[in-house]
Amino acid sequence: MASTTLYSQRDPMLKKRDDFEDILEERRNSSDLKYAVRCYAPVLYKGLTPCKANMLKSMVLQSDHLRYVINQVSQESGEAPDIIHEEASVILEEMAHRLKISTVRFFAFTLTKAFKTLFQHICVNEEEYGSWYINLQQAIQEHPVVLLPSHRSYMDFLLMSYILYTYDLALPVIAAGMDFMGMKFIGEMLRMSGAFFIRRSFGGDKLYWAVFSEYVKTMLRNGFAPIEFFLEGTRSRTCKSLTPKIGLLNIVMEPFFKGEVFDVHLVPISISYERILEESLYARELLGVPKPKESTSGLLKARRILSENYGSIHVYFGQPVSIRSLAQDKVNRCKYNLVPRHIPRKPTKETQSFVTDTAYRIVRLQEDSMVLKPWVLMASILLQNLEGLELSLLTEQTLWLRGLAQSCGAFLDWPDHTPSAKVVSSSLALHRGLVCVSGGRVSLVLGEPQGLVTPEEALFNRAVSVLSCASYRNQILHVFIRPAILAVAIHNAASSKKDEVFNCFSFLCKMFSDEFILCPGDTVQDFEEACYLLVKSGSVQTLQQNIVVTDRGQSTLSFLNGLLESFLQGYQVVCQYFCEEACDSLTEKQYIPAVRSFAVKLILAGNLRCYEVLSSDMQKNALAALLRLGAVSKVKVADQVTLKVNKLAVNSLEDTLGGRLPTQKAVLARL
Amino acid sequence: VLNVFVFFGGGGGCYNAVIRLSFQCLPQQEIMKWNGWGYSDSKFLFNKKGQAEFTGKRYRLSGMILPSLQDWFENTFGASVKQHKSPATPSLNAGALPPANLNEAFLQDLTATGIPFSHEADDRVFRAHGHCLHEIFALREGRGFQRVPDMVTWPNCHNDVVKIVELACKHNVCVIPYGGGTSVTGALECPPEEMRCIVSLDTSQMNRILWIDEKNLVARIEAGIIGQDLERLLNEGGYCTGHEPDSMEFSSLGGWVATRASGMKKNVYGNIEDLVVHIKVVTPRGVMEKSCQGPRMSTGPDVHHFILGSEGTLGVVTEVTMKIRPIPEYRKYGSVVFPNFEAGVACLREVAKQRCAPASIRLMDNEQFQFGHALKPQVSSIFTSFVEGLKKFYITKFKGFDPHQLCVATLLFEGDRERVLQHEKQVYDIAAKFGGLAAGEDNGQRGYILTFVIAYLRDLGLDYYVVAESFETSVPWDRVLDLCRNVKERIIRECKERGVQFQPLTSCRVTQTYDAGACVYFYFAFNYRGLADPVHTYEQVEHAARDEILANGGSLSHHHGVGKLRKEWMKESISDVGLGMLRSVKEYVDPDNIFGNRNLL
Repeated sequence: MASTTLYSQRDPMLKKRDDFEDILEERRNSSDLKYAVRCYAPVLYKGLTPCKANMLKSMVLQSDHLRYVINQVSQESGEAPDIIHEEASVILEEMAHRLKISTVRFFAFTLTKAFKTLFQHICVNEEEYGSWYINLQQAIQEHPVVLLPSHRSYMDFLLMSYILYTYDLALPVIAAGMDFMGMKFIGEMLRMSGAFFIRRSFGGDKLYWAVFSEYVKTMLRNGFAPIEFFLEGTRSRTCKSLTPKIGLLNIVMEPFFKGEVFDVHLVPISISYERILEESLYARELLGVPKPKESTSGLLKARRILSENYGSIHVYFGQPVSIRSLAQDKVNRCKYNLVPRHIPRKPTKETQSFVTDTAYRIVRLQEDSMVLKPWVLMASILLQNLEGLELSLLTEQTLWLRGLAQSCGAFLDWPDHTPSAKVVSSSLALHRGLVCVSGGRVSLVLGEPQGLVTPEEALFNRAVSVLSCASYRNQILHVFIRPAILAVAIHNAASSKKDEVFNCFSFLCKMFSDEFILCPGDTVQDFEEACYLLVKSGSVQTLQQNIVVTDRGQSTLSFLNGLLESFLQGYQVVCQYFCEEACDSLTEKQYIPAVRSFAVKLILAGNLRCYEVLSSDMQKNALAALLRLGAVSKVKVADQVTLKVNKLAVNSLEDTLGGRLPTQKAVLARL
Repeated sequence: VLNVFVFFGGGGGCYNAVIRLSFQCLPQQEIMKWNGWGYSDSKFLFNKKGQAEFTGKRYRLSGMILPSLQDWFENTFGASVKQHKSPATPSLNAGALPPANLNEAFLQDLTATGIPFSHEADDRVFRAHGHCLHEIFALREGRGFQRVPDMVTWPNCHNDVVKIVELACKHNVCVIPYGGGTSVTGALECPPEEMRCIVSLDTSQMNRILWIDEKNLVARIEAGIIGQDLERLLNEGGYCTGHEPDSMEFSSLGGWVATRASGMKKNVYGNIEDLVVHIKVVTPRGVMEKSCQGPRMSTGPDVHHFILGSEGTLGVVTEVTMKIRPIPEYRKYGSVVFPNFEAGVACLREVAKQRCAPASIRLMDNEQFQFGHALKPQVSSIFTSFVEGLKKFYITKFKGFDPHQLCVATLLFEGDRERVLQHEKQVYDIAAKFGGLAAGEDNGQRGYILTFVIAYLRDLGLDYYVVAESFETSVPWDRVLDLCRNVKERIIRECKERGVQFQPLTSCRVTQTYDAGACVYFYFAFNYRGLADPVHTYEQVEHAARDEILANGGSLSHHHGVGKLRKEWMKESISDVGLGMLRSVKEYVDPDNIFGNRNLL
């Protein structure tokens, strides 16, 4: 079935990576119907206890774990166990999938039609040494497997199942957000294609957690199907990876810790879109334009997008990672010996930090194999030149950035044997909704000026363009994040002394650990990696205990500084808001609109040029950082959560971010 | 009976006395292999026709031809009986033996007591090891050991032991008690760093039953007695102890106490700690014993438990009062076939729950079932073979059991006839609930006969590049299956990672049931052709397997003990404080580390 058309990166300048295979190629040349009804006989888990989806449910309801929790809840609430059991069964009914091959075949047919119109290519990695699907097939046969794709689009999980079907691999069951269930017909269709639905938040609900975790673990232990979920928890609206949520990862690891399975394999999968279907939707959402509720009719309206060109998708299946080998010497499984295994317990600190580390590691693996298009480089440059720049200069800088990105290990998909001017112009063409070229100058479009608009409306229109453009720049942030933080640290540090720069670096890492994928506890390693990359590119030198910027490094450092500029500014604006505007009774709910209007005021007054601070994502992350660092705290008053501000601390954080205050240990200690 | 003669060797005026015992009083050493398991006359071999046979006359299997063993052996291990042989060196290279490091003053005082001793090479090497793979492997290669006892002494009674220990303390000599020599934990190995003279204290001459108390059903027995002799002597009077560890042909009562041994029939008779009523032990501090033989006491922590499992680190057990029982009137074997191991374990669990376990109940996995088949002797008549074929047809075709899944439980019932039959029915009824089919007495009995000959098979493997070992653990019921699966899988993986070229054999059986869990016994073997250091590879794999056992909720040992092999896990197993408790006992009882075998702690 493998298509013979391989497209590869032959440019020796480019980092040697694997070839990709376009799975749409064959679909364009043969019958979709035949494809949908073809023989599908995937390899299954060797320890599989064959059972139907319905049997799964009764196994879950009768499990010791669930019975224990039902009794516990019954004792706490005074409700009869039968009633709680009934509740559990309702929860499970609402949650459970009903995987049916006929539905998958239906999707195989319809999705093929849709994909062929929407995308030019759907490329899946094709390795030189042992192909990924042989590895994955083997992993599925030997162990319970957990598929962990990146999450940028609604497309992701249909796409995953589609690809697995194409390669004749076992279809996964997928943890999906409850919001899908709102779409009546589609929700049921998704359920029948393997999705199971979980509520977005059920923090305190013991029974819900028990049903959910037992359901997942039962499927894992029995090898029912590979389990798929998104470590990031939700679609990233900004296109940069979200810090991982470890709840589900904890659940799938537990059967290994408790010895119920020999091992569990995690498969990081990177799905990169040249253009995301939800592109402008996301920008509006981030700006507070409420997102339309998922509904079937909404989806039909979205048919408009079928007429657009969304370029290509790259899907990279990483090597399966064995939890057993990761956990070696890190988790003492004997800890699980002293309590019956069905009694739920909070994971130990040791386990917790192992799971967190693993989650970060997987997200970084996802990031590393994200395929980046030339447009991503261009967007990064355009965002640092909001007033626009000459096309020739853009081309020149894009080529320069391409070199830098490659030296930092970026997985770039730069077309072979194509003049760079052509590469640039075709990227501009694909993204003509975002950029315009006039008179040899390239600039961001400012939204459609239809009739009279208020200054606010104009501002929001501009912000939509900026945030959309930022979502492309964000795709390359993981490549530069460590050197960029180092660049800012060098800039902000009082001297070039290595330990002072490190102090500054580590402060920034702490500050931005909700914004970027910076594994807590890896700061020293991150610092070394950053130094290594900047030294390698000849941008800095380390002399004795000093870090010195070289002459030719100035432009690199200034670019890297520019990359983080909007984040530094955004966080400062949030600090400023807390110091100047926030009242004592500010509730958590009011926070986002309040910061937004504060920022709008600043921009309209000409005191701020940073539009990204309008993004609710950045606002949330900044708040999380302030909460984490203790500069702001949550206070529960009646049924409201209000934010209590330590103005002194916020102020000093603001100054430290702006480089106006040296990073002192004392400052941090005080926080 | 002792036939002691003394001779003097001229050595530059140096006093050099050797008291040599005549062969009559050392029957064990003379009739046993010096570099393998058991009696010299009993061994497996492939005869000229390529058929396996078991030599000698001692066992039911002796002198029989085992037609399917070769195929099984070659197919399981990828071994070749014709092409790849790895025979043992016929004799020990005496030059490899470190010279005896004698403490002259001790020797002089010991001679004065008249207690026999020797520093002959053979005697010393024979007591320098147990039956760990690395020990036997070294002997087969004629390599010997880095450190062996410098001399051996044979006390005849409790008082002799008291004298020896006093002298050892006086002259700062290291004493290592030696019973049957069946240790599989490296417990008998001499610590290479031990600079003092090491005396192996062989208890084999202390082998009498001192008295039998029929009113209380106890017997006073000297601790050097070997299991089979004890049983035989008691049987003469119509009694038995019922303590039957698999090593009972060779292991001693003192050894059982020192390692917390477990017998096959513990369900009826109890483990060694349940059987012992009184212990007399000679320590450097003096003799410890209780003042009465009450059946149970509340007098603080039971001091017997310092001795049970002390592995020769605190002193020498000299006399034991042990429970005895009248020989059961009726004995019946049995067996049950289960469709798979899971069903078998579930059945054993139910049997334990109903507390109706027969004297012995053991569940073999499929690998062991197949192995058992390979050990079937040539069938004597066409009729038997026809019946066998019919049985096989019934189980696999009619009942639909997968021959690569099914497993067998062997049973042994003891008691009066009526009760045995009743008991039998109860157990078979439970088995039926778990899909088990009664598979006859023969299969059961064969299982237990194999118990004693299975140890001989390692020597056969070693002749053809196959190393093998067993290890055991105890584990709560709910983890039995997970532990078995994970440990087997771990072994297979570790072998692969360490370059073992052939698929290893991993097999397990549940050998004991308890209220709260079971004892699981693993066999593990692989063809080591192509490996530079098979023993090292083997040890790494076993180490990993033990890690896996512990991670899956298994214990460090159920009955083999710790020795030196598993010392490193003691802290993790019993906690810092627990280890400190044991240490402080050791420090009080033996401050100069006279009992310096360095086991356990």
